[in-house]
Amino acid sequence: MNKIETKNLSLFYGTFQALIDVNLSVEEKMITALIGPSGCGKSTLLRTLNRMNDLIDGVRITGEVLIDGENIYGKETDLVLLRKKVGMVFQRPNPFPLSIFDNVAYGPRTHGSKNKAELEDIVEKALKHVELWEVLKDKLDHFALNLSLEQQQRLCIARLVAVTPDIVLMDEPCSALDPVATQRIEELMFELKKNYTIVIVTHNMQQAARVSQRTGFMLLGKLVEYGETRQVFTTPREKKTEEYITGRYG
Amino acid sequence: MKIRAKPHFSVSTQTQQKIAFTLLGIASSLVVVPVIVIFAILIQKGWPAINWQFLTTMPRMGMRAGGIFPAIMGTLYLVGGTIVVALPLGVLAAIYLVEYARRNFLTRMIEVAIVNLAGVPSVVYGLFGMGLFVIYLKMGVSIVAGALTLAIMILPVIITSTKEALQSVPRSFREASLALGVSKWQTIRYVVLPNALPGILTGTILGISRAAGETAPILFTVAAFYLPRLPKSIFDQCMALPYHLYVLSTQVPNVKPALQYGTALVLVGMVFLLNLVAILVRSHIRSRKQW
Repeated sequence: MNKIETKNLSLFYGTFQALIDVNLSVEEKMITALIGPSGCGKSTLLRTLNRMNDLIDGVRITGEVLIDGENIYGKETDLVLLRKKVGMVFQRPNPFPLSIFDNVAYGPRTHGSKNKAELEDIVEKALKHVELWEVLKDKLDHFALNLSLEQQQRLCIARLVAVTPDIVLMDEPCSALDPVATQRIEELMFELKKNYTIVIVTHNMQQAARVSQRTGFMLLGKLVEYGETRQVFTTPREKKTEEYITGRYG
Repeated sequence: MKIRAKPHFSVSTQTQQKIAFTLLGIASSLVVVPVIVIFAILIQKGWPAINWQFLTTMPRMGMRAGGIFPAIMGTLYLVGGTIVVALPLGVLAAIYLVEYARRNFLTRMIEVAIVNLAGVPSVVYGLFGMGLFVIYLKMGVSIVAGALTLAIMILPVIITSTKEALQSVPRSFREASLALGVSKWQTIRYVVLPNALPGILTGTILGISRAAGETAPILFTVAAFYLPRLPKSIFDQCMALPYHLYVLSTQVPNVKPALQYGTALVLVGMVFLLNLVAILVRSHIRSRKQW
């Protein structure tokens, strides 16, 4: 069974249709990349997967999004549980204006872990997971916004890992980072793939080619092509895909 | 290429500029002058009256001698009561309007009402308070009635500043929290409110400094003409600085001017101090704020 499946998913901002009949299936413990020119709906699609679009006024959604076979747009969906299971990393690193420790502990704390030893344990594990522990273990009380952008983004991933999600959505996670930092975050994604199902939106085609196993190409709200990354980049079935990846528009 | 413009043209723009600067300078100094003059006169004429005894004893001889202790305490009670009522009510209302309310006709009406409430003259609040709290709700002329009236008066200030403070918290903080599976209320409680606190505090202090200085709202609801003792409970009347000043200046013959100026100086000093606290809090937090 696919981890995530969208069925005839359409999304409207008022009268504008941003997603048109999208049928996407995401496999477990793989990195799936969504590419396409600006405004094609790839971020919108990503944000339907943890219902972040609900925050915007005037959004209407039709169709289904199944996660582990359950429609998350059904009536019984608990948004809190959904977003615990489907976490998100944003375009700009957005740590809270708190200490490093408090940033990572924020999720577990609000979900009810009050025990100090338990929290310390969670924070250590999460920071080790994103390879920040060695650098920061003596600076846990430092202000998170003083870290470099790459470290901030790692911290945001650690903050997410601390609530043990199942799926990690990444919305252009490297667009604010320099090439070296980008490479290091990509290495981290490979590491994370062992435990998590990752969906990443990127406008950087090389990045999609490097990190993902599956790629979806979107254009004007439609999922034009979807398949194995190698196939999409070397022998695209659709003419539009070929034109995009060869740089004819975008 | 000619860099020098035609002489008559260049003179005229420079002269225009000079005239404009002079006018602007005069306008802005005119704003400052009254403040300085008021303070200077108050300090010059009121300072000799101020001593420990003036601040801590009861008025005597029909307010022609003695101190203004009950008036100072009365104003503090009123300010305290006003905060207790207006702060939670105002903050909760602002949270609802910013975080929960959908943009519709009702919320627009509420917002228009708040703006209009801010423009209502204070004497109208006084009469309203008398009608509702003193007479209809049978609270009598009392600290509760006065504090409630003042609270209604400063509610728009608190709601407006809290709304602005909440709206200034970056959307990315909320998204980050929500995306961790944290509920909306927890997000407001742990992320939005702490980051909006400085703005809320500033608005509250400004509202309170207004409440401390107003006469009209307390005139019919709480203020006692002459009560040389401290109030016994919150259902008691009390003296208050602005009203005491009014009484000393117009209702009692043969009061030494030093007493009047001294009272005015204490009142202005208290309001000034509150404003100063607001400014300090704001600049302190701003220097720490890094987003």
